[in-house]
Amino acid sequence: MTAPGPSAQTPALPVLDVERIREDFPILSQQVNDHPLAYLDNAATSQKPVQVLDALNAYYRRDNANVHRGLHELSRRATDGYEGARTAVADWIGAASPVEIVWTRGTTEAINLVAASWGGANLREGDEILLSEMEHHSNLVPWQLVAQRKGARLRYLELDDEGRLDLEPLPEILAGGRVRIAAITHVSNALGTINPVRELADRLHEAEALLLVDGAQGAAHHPVDVGELGVDFYAFSGHKMCGPTGIGVLWGRERLLEEMPPYQGGGEMIHTVERDFSTWAALPHKFEAGTPNIAGAIAMHAAVEYLRAVGPAEILAHEQMLVGYALERLGTLPNLRLFGPTSPEERAGVVSFAVDGVHPHDVATVLDSEGVAIRAGHHCAQLVMERLGVPATARASFYLYNTAEEIDRLVRGLGTVDSIFGEG
Amino acid sequence: MQDPTSQLNSLYQQVILDHYRHPRNKERLENGTVEVHMRNPACGDEIKLQLRIEDEIIVDLGFTGEGCSISQASASMMTTLLKGRHVDEALSLTGRFTSMMHGDEAAARDKELKDLRALEGVSKFPIRIKCALLGFDALQEAVKRTREDEA
Ligand SMILES: Cc1ncc(COP(=O)(O)O)c(C=O)c1O
Repeated sequence: MTAPGPSAQTPALPVLDVERIREDFPILSQQVNDHPLAYLDNAATSQKPVQVLDALNAYYRRDNANVHRGLHELSRRATDGYEGARTAVADWIGAASPVEIVWTRGTTEAINLVAASWGGANLREGDEILLSEMEHHSNLVPWQLVAQRKGARLRYLELDDEGRLDLEPLPEILAGGRVRIAAITHVSNALGTINPVRELADRLHEAEALLLVDGAQGAAHHPVDVGELGVDFYAFSGHKMCGPTGIGVLWGRERLLEEMPPYQGGGEMIHTVERDFSTWAALPHKFEAGTPNIAGAIAMHAAVEYLRAVGPAEILAHEQMLVGYALERLGTLPNLRLFGPTSPEERAGVVSFAVDGVHPHDVATVLDSEGVAIRAGHHCAQLVMERLGVPATARASFYLYNTAEEIDRLVRGLGTVDSIFGEG
Repeated sequence: MQDPTSQLNSLYQQVILDHYRHPRNKERLENGTVEVHMRNPACGDEIKLQLRIEDEIIVDLGFTGEGCSISQASASMMTTLLKGRHVDEALSLTGRFTSMMHGDEAAARDKELKDLRALEGVSKFPIRIKCALLGFDALQEAVKRTREDEA
């Protein structure tokens, strides 16, 4: 395998003014191992613009207080900021009302909440939960836990050879009449595949089942309107979409959230407390026990405003252009296998690959020595690895601030990999 | 700081690549007395190590597994070094190799570690140290189990 020189057709990227965007991300302008950083690990977590950093800083410097408790000015400001963020997020994903937005630690906690609360109250022995082989462990393990507890059974949609969901067996699975809920990812973090969420929602609803969508990669890389998607629950994380870690969202239909029992008990979530029982606060506070991540919510508001200003559709178009370019460049390298859909329109900004005879960790170490940050491993998606027949893959994942030049550097780095590991 | 390219070259020395491509003793030992399966859940590196221990002597050993060049080369080197050794000696070499991984320069000059000394460069890549130690973790566990069984 030898890396060709920079391609003649390095695409101009007219969709976004990336140079201007990069100025908002101070972390990107640093040297790593004596090379400029090329951060291509965005599916793991994104970087944060100054607008988000400033929001965090301003909150702690000026407004910090507990929410919904104090009768003083700072508490009013903190509460306004916290609830204002809820309204902004509701608006951003097209929720019918801010009470449908429950703050969580992230996608993982949001899914655990639904599995434990909805699943605990509604699943019966013999019921089925429909998952897919593409799911991140955080959309598998919570369902395994509740299935074991309730005697429910897990069913799986499988993947075709290009890493798309195979929907052919779906009618038969649903005809059994036992599927109560499906939990499927919007966008695969391991392959980049974008799933047909609307179609899934319609077919599940016909069978009187619910659909939870893992939006960890969805909300960050794809425009989201929960009404248009037609789903019942949508879970996502702030840190993958320019926000801080430790804050995320569960969106659910108000009627469903209303009927669900609390997930955790504590302060903030009660109405009255007696010795032997309590009554619950109204939505969404019923699901927000304890002092929440106030600063995180406020900074996530800044992230949402930032992404809104750039434009989610433009971000996806930019990522798809980068994916198209990456597939083209990587596709010319011998000894390199690409995974996932071959057409860029079917995927968000993720490219998973394997170099024959070289373990992904070694690929990542060599690239890191040239300042190119990628992920190597099973990406918390061991069922995907099993399906692909590999123990791990290398994964480059893009965001609004990445450039074609960084993909050229990835390709050059793979040339170094070849010069070290190629049989010679 | 050393420049990254030469650090990379010292990480991936020819001896290491040779053990990675042509691992020694990489087949399951059918008449082993103990077998240990070690996995690094963070990265999926995997080693199954079989030992035949008779009267505290490692008379034979073999391994199977999958993983990065560092984990597999280290396991291969370990098997060549430990065949025929007393268990105590094997544990002592393990300790010296571990010290080398954590940057002990005296340990890195220890000729008794033989090919394993080529892995010294790994100490400059902290996230890869676990890879280099995977086979040795399996060895220590195997010795522990053998001694527990005998006790
Ligand atoms: C598809 C998918 N689901 C769920 C998660 C879990 O998100 P978090 O760790 O933020 O809870 C991730 C992130 O790694 C992901 O990519």
